[in-house]
Amino acid sequence: MSRQIMSKQDPTVRKHNFEEVALGFSEEQALAEASRCLNCKNPLCMQGCPVEVPIPAFIARIKASDYKGAMAQIKQKNSLPAICGRVCPQETQCESQCILAKKGQPVAIGSLERFAADHNDAGVESEGLVSIPTRNGFKAAIIGAGPSGLTAAADLALQGFEVTIFESLHAAGGVLQYGIPQFRLPKDIVQREVEYIQKLGVRIETSMLVGQIVTIPELFAEGYHTIFIGTGAGLPHFMNIPGENLNGVYSANEYLTRVNLMKAYRFPEYDTPVRIGKKVAVFGAGNVAMDSARTSLRLGAEEVYIVYRRSADEMPARHEEIENAAEEGVVFKLLTNPTRIIGNEKGEVASLECIKMELGEPDASGRRRPLPLPGSEFQFPIDNVIVAIGQGPNPILLRNTAGLDLNKHGYIQTDPETLATNIPGVYAGGDIVTGAATVIAAMGAGKKAARHMMDYCREKYGRP
Amino acid sequence: MEVLVKEILAPGIVRLVVMAPAIAAKAQPGHFVVVRLHERAERIPLTIADFDRTQGTITLIIQKVGKSTALINQLQSGDSISDILGPLGTPYPIEKAGTIVGVAGGLGAAPLYPKVKALYEAGNKVIVVLGAQKKEMLILNSELQAVSHQFLVATDDGSFGHHGLVTDLLTQVVESEPVDEVIAIGPVPMMDACCRITGARNVKTVVSLNAVMVDGTGMCGGCRVTVGGQSKFCCVDGPSFDGLQVDFAELRQRQRYYTDLEKSAYQNFCKENEECRCHAK
Repeated sequence: MSRQIMSKQDPTVRKHNFEEVALGFSEEQALAEASRCLNCKNPLCMQGCPVEVPIPAFIARIKASDYKGAMAQIKQKNSLPAICGRVCPQETQCESQCILAKKGQPVAIGSLERFAADHNDAGVESEGLVSIPTRNGFKAAIIGAGPSGLTAAADLALQGFEVTIFESLHAAGGVLQYGIPQFRLPKDIVQREVEYIQKLGVRIETSMLVGQIVTIPELFAEGYHTIFIGTGAGLPHFMNIPGENLNGVYSANEYLTRVNLMKAYRFPEYDTPVRIGKKVAVFGAGNVAMDSARTSLRLGAEEVYIVYRRSADEMPARHEEIENAAEEGVVFKLLTNPTRIIGNEKGEVASLECIKMELGEPDASGRRRPLPLPGSEFQFPIDNVIVAIGQGPNPILLRNTAGLDLNKHGYIQTDPETLATNIPGVYAGGDIVTGAATVIAAMGAGKKAARHMMDYCREKYGRP
Repeated sequence: MEVLVKEILAPGIVRLVVMAPAIAAKAQPGHFVVVRLHERAERIPLTIADFDRTQGTITLIIQKVGKSTALINQLQSGDSISDILGPLGTPYPIEKAGTIVGVAGGLGAAPLYPKVKALYEAGNKVIVVLGAQKKEMLILNSELQAVSHQFLVATDDGSFGHHGLVTDLLTQVVESEPVDEVIAIGPVPMMDACCRITGARNVKTVVSLNAVMVDGTGMCGGCRVTVGGQSKFCCVDGPSFDGLQVDFAELRQRQRYYTDLEKSAYQNFCKENEECRCHAK
């Protein structure tokens, strides 16, 4: 039997709305797909999962139409399944390890995870899926309510810790909230997953910027035994080309934050504006670039370009996202590097100058180095530029935490085995350690750090 | 967070004292907060015009210029503000520098006040130049007068003090005595003009910039300003910058990007609220 395909909104329709693109499995599809799982004795898929989801066990529960049981299996290890089922790159993780992939198509593990999560959220309440232990007397502070922080918080709460998350924005979720668009990850789903974590006893304090309003030594003085830093890579990078401060040039962070967190797509019902013209150029070809390009179509842009200096093979976005963008009509200008943004008399973006590139010898990243073709500059009219070429570490907490060791790129230096920083009791994980990566990698780090934070507390304080 | 006191300082300008003990405990001159009034509201940056650590309060001064600020203007004591994030930004360094001239235009008096107050208390000679369109638009007169050795006022229409601009008075001051530092805060053209005067005499000049912001924590980069040829983020690198290095023309343009959308939102708001004063001059 072949792999079930999740249905999607038609590209010509979905490019004009913010509704979710992928529609999820029907029950029949889920049962059919679950029956493809061989329930291997030595499940290789689990080795591909950074948060150790018991994959064959939950799929077996779906096969038996026990969806609550499936959810209970998943939630032992993963507190954010509705999110992971949507945004994890399963094709390079669990599904790439699936034994069926050797000869054909792997089991659609991600789609099944999403099915289990959505099915339970629609019907059965999440309470009672996991048992919350009595408090063990330890207090943990988590800085940042993104994927790594939420995961660390949930795991610590499930071990009896009293956990408080400090989040700088007014809503929890981090990149799940401000970055990933509604049409890929609906915000009511993020909200439900966050509420589940609160039901585990985790307290979330929003609008609390650690580093400014309270420092790490002060948190220890307030009685926290251990601290996790999961502040992400929030500082947007720019190209440093002429014209980048013209009106109409957005960092992807600003653009997506306006649209997703502040709901500018519903202006004036919501007060935050966003201005997007008919022609939009997005710099970069990662998932954030695809999100920015597809958001632009939904805000009414007619021509949207991905401008990327390397070739199609090097594009860092998930294949599925590139395909979705292409289906919706995003145009890929590859081997093309922006050199200058040209403005009009009002200081607004009017056109873009680029240069053609060719690929030379492999560089430090192992990818072939793009080299400019002299004299190949060309210009085309444009109304907006969205810069989606990556982010660096946010400086606020780091500059206000004396003695915290950073690496040469400015990210936090941790012990790769334990995720401990050089400050005793302080752990860090996710993008603030690795640089911009995936939601699931950050969740894996949160899980790993939580385990070592427990060990640290037990060793140091000898309880419980 | 609860509004404890509301006071009307001038037509369209209110002073709110808000209960925010954790922010007050860490606030320093130069800090600001980002306020979100309710679920559908914008996040807007507001300077911390004063703070009281023992009372656990911060003071915000807001001028009605659009929908968000109009809504804040309508708050009464006892009302609450959904979210206040802060303190944000890099504090203003308070040192004994000698003679300091603080120049404020309009609402610029709010961010100027905590700085000159601290500089006065640190033993500097403080001269304050305060300006507004007309007498009734002057704010924080007595507060600023109390923390200055010399207090000068200018109004555009001559209804109080010098008939003319703050720059006239600034020129007089820098010509009459040695000045170690100027702090100029107000509308962009005013700060630009002040920096032309002080720049010609090579007097250190600090300005406080109010760029368009979303998060206020370095995440969005919307507040970038060019200072000394380099792009800086107003929220984390500022909001205080070396005025002699700031590209004011660019800042002015960047502040205008949403003007049309803001105007239409405000007009709709006024219609709904039947208090259309947005066209009144």
